[in-house]
Amino acid sequence: MGVQISEALRDPRHFQIAVLVLLLAHGAVGLDFEIRPVIALGAAFSALASQLVFARLWKLPSFDPRSALISALSLGLLLRTTSLSTALLAGFLAIASKFLLRFRGKHCFNPTAFALVGVLLFTDDAWVSAGQWGAAPLLGLAVAGFGSLVLWRARRSDVTWAFIGSYAVLLFGRALWLGDPLAIPLHAMKSGAFLIFAFLMISDPRTTPDSRAGRIAFAALVAAGALFIRFELYHTNALIWSLVICAPLVPLLDLLFQGDRYAWSDFPRKHHHGGRINAEKGDLGSLLPGCGAAG
Amino acid sequence: MLRKAIWAVCFLVAALRVDGAAAFCGFYVAKADTKLFNESSQVVLIRDGDRTVLTMANDFQGDPLEFAVVVPVPTFIEREQIHVGDKAVIDHLDAYTAPRLVEYFDEDPCIDRYYLERSMALKSPDVDGVVMNALPAALGVTIEASYTVGEYDILILSAKESSGLETWLRQNGYRIPDGAASVLGSYIKQEMRFFVAKVNLEEQAKAGFTYLRPLQVAYETPRFMLPIRLGTVNAKGPQELFVYTLTRKGRVETTNYRTVKLPTGMDIPVYVKGEFGDFYKSMFDTQTDKEGGPVVFVEYAWDMNWCDPCAADPLSHDELAGLGVFWLDDPPGGDPQPLRRGPSNARDVFVTRLHVRYDAERFPDDLVFQETGDRTNFQGRYVLRHSWQGDSTCQQADVYRKSLPARWEKQAQSLASLTGWDINMIRSKMKFEAPEPAADKKWWERLWN
Repeated sequence: MGVQISEALRDPRHFQIAVLVLLLAHGAVGLDFEIRPVIALGAAFSALASQLVFARLWKLPSFDPRSALISALSLGLLLRTTSLSTALLAGFLAIASKFLLRFRGKHCFNPTAFALVGVLLFTDDAWVSAGQWGAAPLLGLAVAGFGSLVLWRARRSDVTWAFIGSYAVLLFGRALWLGDPLAIPLHAMKSGAFLIFAFLMISDPRTTPDSRAGRIAFAALVAAGALFIRFELYHTNALIWSLVICAPLVPLLDLLFQGDRYAWSDFPRKHHHGGRINAEKGDLGSLLPGCGAAG
Repeated sequence: MLRKAIWAVCFLVAALRVDGAAAFCGFYVAKADTKLFNESSQVVLIRDGDRTVLTMANDFQGDPLEFAVVVPVPTFIEREQIHVGDKAVIDHLDAYTAPRLVEYFDEDPCIDRYYLERSMALKSPDVDGVVMNALPAALGVTIEASYTVGEYDILILSAKESSGLETWLRQNGYRIPDGAASVLGSYIKQEMRFFVAKVNLEEQAKAGFTYLRPLQVAYETPRFMLPIRLGTVNAKGPQELFVYTLTRKGRVETTNYRTVKLPTGMDIPVYVKGEFGDFYKSMFDTQTDKEGGPVVFVEYAWDMNWCDPCAADPLSHDELAGLGVFWLDDPPGGDPQPLRRGPSNARDVFVTRLHVRYDAERFPDDLVFQETGDRTNFQGRYVLRHSWQGDSTCQQADVYRKSLPARWEKQAQSLASLTGWDINMIRSKMKFEAPEPAADKKWWERLWN
């Protein structure tokens, strides 16, 4: 029993699920998010069902709902639509991208970000309410605090801090160049959407480069890309777009900077260099043919 | 030298108008339009794709010589892109989208044996239908164009640096508030131009208008935003801004600030009928304070084909065209057509009315918008429920009469919570005593009552 609890606590996904549930509850109750139950449940059903189907097709030994649940909760937080079919499509896209769009054993895209970009591109009724979180300091603290816990467990805080650092340098640099009051970049950085992206989305250990140097470079690229999309292309949801557009650079960064492939559970601790790992407990995806993980 | 106050998307406005009209869903009795708020600005943004038509309405009451407007615009503006609109259309749009008061009258409970509180379900709709020459080049200011449109002299300026532009504007009689230079500089570096307008008295006399008509500008830009920063520079306090967006797909919201819906649908005491304006102002104050941070309120979001109850009829085809809705005559079928709940003569126009109380501290940045796919109708709507005053006697009537104090108390509490007004003052205006708390009653006293 004690071993089971300790094992559960080692897996950062459990922390992430808890954080997402808290955020969803805070959004629905405290911030009056217009989360339509049909839409949120539709996306969740679609994600979990897709996970089940792909697990069967890929002949994984068992069905692990945790990653799919994270995608489902993230979609519940971020995706807004009036159409059930769009929600179903989003859930499917998230999981399908994980299984189908892979390179050297790693899935290429953050499943939630990929699904969001997919429905933004291919449907007419999806949007992301970036402003819905406002800039509440308490929420920011909570996201940062709980997010750090997830990152600490996932040992991936470097990508988050590198992202926040580079985003801050670029944003404050732009404000200084424009002669704007620093309240403007500060307002942008206090935004709940920004903090959630930094702590809970870009930090996804499965879609970031394996090495620390690679992750820092990746974070800086995503930050620069987001600001370019926001201030040069004047496009909304710049963070999500930038993450998806930069994702194909991850294999390149992995080639440039070698590092350990990430596995969700570090119990028992076994890590191998060179992008291949053994099947570890709790890492069902690593049994995928020729792949690292689908989690 | 002429001294002109700079109105940067902020205008003076000044009274509650109470009209009457009937609708299916309760009787519409009053609206709270923008005239309640002094020093408010009204902006209409028509947008589809990158095409944008901006209309700036004002009710400037001072000397026309004192009026000037400086608006950052993202592109060069040709003469044909500028138009002087009709103030009446803005007033109509204001009235159509204003928060509204409706009233219901309880029926005789003895006749309606199944008396129940009626739900608020919306039923089917009811529709009827330039003397500026201070060496600009030396200051790095380029007058890219100068036009006279209607009663306005308009310049399109670009500048190399803010100090030059500031000097030029001051030399030409514009009263630039301290602190504007850095904001102007920021817009210059973002490659924006400046649309500068003042009143041409001769043209105004010729046109015969005693008030300033709205200025309209059409342009194409990927930036769906409204520059408000100049408006905060010399503000004496928070500014009131009403933004009406007319779009094709659905509701508009801000992406860099929270957009929240105004509380709506509550039953409030019937005496509010006589002071709906005060109610609405207090409610807006209280809700703004309650939110604490910067918040943009949605007061209305509706398919322009209908309304229920109608504070005013939907805008006509000609009025919409006048505002700049450029897709009215597009053949249907190009874009996916939304599901319509309204009547025929369907037009692809969705209106969102946003109300912002902004200052530099809470709203440091301009408003950035996005159009959503949400076509859910929303309105600020408050309900007066007149109790039945008859003297019928039956068991239902007794039950009904006994239920009234609790209902009044609930209305009083709703009103106090919405407006921050003192609950005892509300009760005394309602002329009823607070009912005994249920806890003071014996359990069997509550059992069958």
